[in-house]
Formats: sequence, structure tokens, C-alpha cells
Amino acid sequence: MKKIVLYFLLIAWWLPATVWAQVPARPDPPRLVNDLAGILSKNEAASLEETLAQFARETSNQIVVVTVRSLEGYDPADFAYRIGESWGVGQQDKNNGVVMLVKPKTADSKGQVFVAVGYGLEGAIPDAVANREIVDYEMIPRFKENDYYGGILKGTQVIMSLAKGEYSVAQYQEKVNSRSGGGGFLFFLLLLVFCIFPILRRRRFYSAGRSSLPFWIAMGMLGSGRSHGGSWGNFSSGGGSFGGGGFGGFGGGSFGGGGAGGSW
Amino acid sequence: MKRAFIIISVVAIGFLFSSCGYNRMVEMDEAVSAQWGQVENVYQRRTDLIPNLVNTVKGYAQHEQETLTGVIEARSQATAVKIDPKNLTPESIQQFQQAQDGLSSALSRLMVVVERYPDLKANQNFMDLQAQLEGTENRITVERMKFNEATQQYNAYIRKFPALITAAIFGFDKKAYFEAQKGSEKAPEVKF
Repeated sequence: MKKIVLYFLLIAWWLPATVWAQVPARPDPPRLVNDLAGILSKNEAASLEETLAQFARETSNQIVVVTVRSLEGYDPADFAYRIGESWGVGQQDKNNGVVMLVKPKTADSKGQVFVAVGYGLEGAIPDAVANREIVDYEMIPRFKENDYYGGILKGTQVIMSLAKGEYSVAQYQEKVNSRSGGGGFLFFLLLLVFCIFPILRRRRFYSAGRSSLPFWIAMGMLGSGRSHGGSWGNFSSGGGSFGGGGFGGFGGGSFGGGGAGGSW
Repeated sequence: MKRAFIIISVVAIGFLFSSCGYNRMVEMDEAVSAQWGQVENVYQRRTDLIPNLVNTVKGYAQHEQETLTGVIEARSQATAVKIDPKNLTPESIQQFQQAQDGLSSALSRLMVVVERYPDLKANQNFMDLQAQLEGTENRITVERMKFNEATQQYNAYIRKFPALITAAIFGFDKKAYFEAQKGSEKAPEVKF
């Protein structure tokens, strides 16, 4: 009897999860190359991941490659947007993510490819360009010859060259620098308020006999403590994009229906 | 003393409203309006593509005057229907949808006609327009879905218990959804 109840609970627990699990879940740890269909070799996937992670670190644009065996009944465009939206590909403030979805051709179904472009990159990668330059010229001809790696590689290269213009390395660096610059200014301000002002005031108004030394030391410590906190904040926000050799995780970008696809 | 009492009661009422979800309701209401703006935006994008598309097709398919006129007429009908985002009733949304669906079916007729003109289909300009149109249809689907999501959140919120009272006092009404398209009103088929 107990066992039955347990099974029942287990089923009840799993039911919503199975209903939900139509679009593949966000990879953990986050990966840019998700070869769920198994059409890339280990080396190919690793080198592609390295290239895309490097690009994401430099420009903050995130290009995600997903291959699947089945589209679960979705339209390829819809499937790609759902992945992009639910994984949060791209940075939240820029929406600069791209999802390249590939469903390989099988004996009983067509091959499908769709390049979904986040809101922020729609200007850099217009639909017509995505359709012609990326899907029709670079990807589908290679896919037809079963060269999945070549097609995906070429496609991502074109996307990278187009997207680079939108959020460039220089622009990105500038933003990071100005952020840390702001931190420096804050540090200076706190130093001024908590350490230098008290010293000046003490010199001017208090006699040497009446020591308020512990007070301003305490304030000075408080000040340095705060600036320390500030620098930690900077570190973590910078770490979001530079950290640990990967690409720093998905940023929460949003998709509005840009991009194009094709089949073969 | 009296003044202090008034100030305190104003502050108290302020807190009361925020705890009854008034502010949250305003936020969600605005989110729905903003999302409606996005929906109109993508429909506008489609409307803007049409003159270019019609001109390109005209160059190759002079004999299809009737279909082309149909598209232009449907376009002007669709642009005539504008909805105030403060008034998203089922009727107004349905009216909007009907006008846009009229344009969708006129476009799909055009795309069927185009099949007879291989030169046109091979035209680079036409192929680009085709991709843009396809992308716009995708955008329409996405923005409509997001609109329905925002509306659903808002509707669910104003109907739950404590918020329900505030909603009734300040007249926050349920908003309408986009209905799924019926079989006959599918987006134009733009395949080759």
C-alpha cells in the first residue's frame, strides 16, 4: 500500500516535468555548442565551443548552436525562439543572442535549419541576409553533402563577422572600463568623506588633547570596507563575461522573431 | 494635530494601496499596453513591406492585376483598423485580427500566383522580400504570443483575492487575448 502511494507521488512529481520538457532544458554548466543530435565529433564540438566562447567573451554576443533529432512537432522558427527565450541567450540589456538550430536530415524527414536572431542583432543580421548569406549560401549546400560541421562552422563565421559590427570589442571594452572607472571614483569619494574630511576637521576644530583618533580610524575602516565591497561588485560584474575560460553563462536576452531558416 | 492626522492617513492609504497591489496592477497594465504596441509594430512592418513586394511582382506578372489589387485593398483595410491600447476588449481585438487576416489571405493568394513565374522566383530582390515577409510573420507570431502571456499574467493577477477588490474599485478590467487562428485564416504560405 505504501509502495503504491510512493509510486503515485513519484508519477505526480514527474508529470508536469515531462509535459514541460519539450524544448531542451538549458545546459548546466552553460554550453554554447549543444550537439543533442550527435552529428559533431568531440573535437569538432570542442573547437567550435572554444571559438564561440572566445567571441562571446570579446564582444558579449552569444551564439548558441543546438542540434536536435526531432523538433517535437514545433515549427523550426518557433522551436529556435523558445530555446533562445527560455535559455536567455544574449545579454539582457542588449538582447544580442543568436540561436542556430539544426535538425539533421533523416530517412523519413527533411533536414531543417533555423537561425534565430535576438532583438538587439536584428539590425546587424537582417532576415534577408540571414536567409541568403548564411542559410542558403553557407549552410544548406554543406548540409546536403552531410558536412554538418563545415556548414555550422561557416554559418557561425558569417554571423560573427556581421555581429561584430554591432557590439564591437572596443565598445564593449569601453563599457567595462567606464564601469571600473566609476568604481574608482566612488572609492575616491568615500575616501574623501570618511578619511580626509575627518582629518581636516580634527585639525581645524579640535585641540590635540581631545583625541578622536579611534573615531576616525573606525570611519576610515568603514570607508575602506565599503570601497572593498565596491571592488567586489566590479569583479563579479566583470567576471560575468570574462570568467573562467567559458563564456560566463547566459545573460537573459530576448527574441522577437528575427532570423531565417530553410530545409533540405 | 489635524494636519498630522491627514498626513499619516495619506501615507497609510498609500501603503494600503501598494499592499493591495494597485501599483503592481498599473505596472502590469502598462506591460500589456506596451506589448500591444509591439504587436502593432510588427503588423505595421508587414504593411510596410507590401508596396515593395507588389512593385516587384508587378514587374514580372502583369497579368495578375486582380490579385495585386486584392492585396493593396486588404492592406488599406488593415491599416484603417487602429485600436486604443486602453480598450483591449474581445470585440476590438477581433476586429483588428479580422482586418489583418484579410491581408494574410490576400498575401497567400499572391504567393500562389507567384509560383507560375520562375523568373520572378529567381529574382534576388524578390527572394529578399520573401525572407523579410517570412521573418515578419515569425515576428507577428512571437509578439502575439508575448502579448497573450502579458495579458494572462495581468488577468490572473486582478482576479486573485486581495487584488480583486482594488481592481474592482479602480476599474481594472479583464483584457482580451488573441485567439488562435482558425484553419482558413492561416499565415501566407511562402514556401518554394
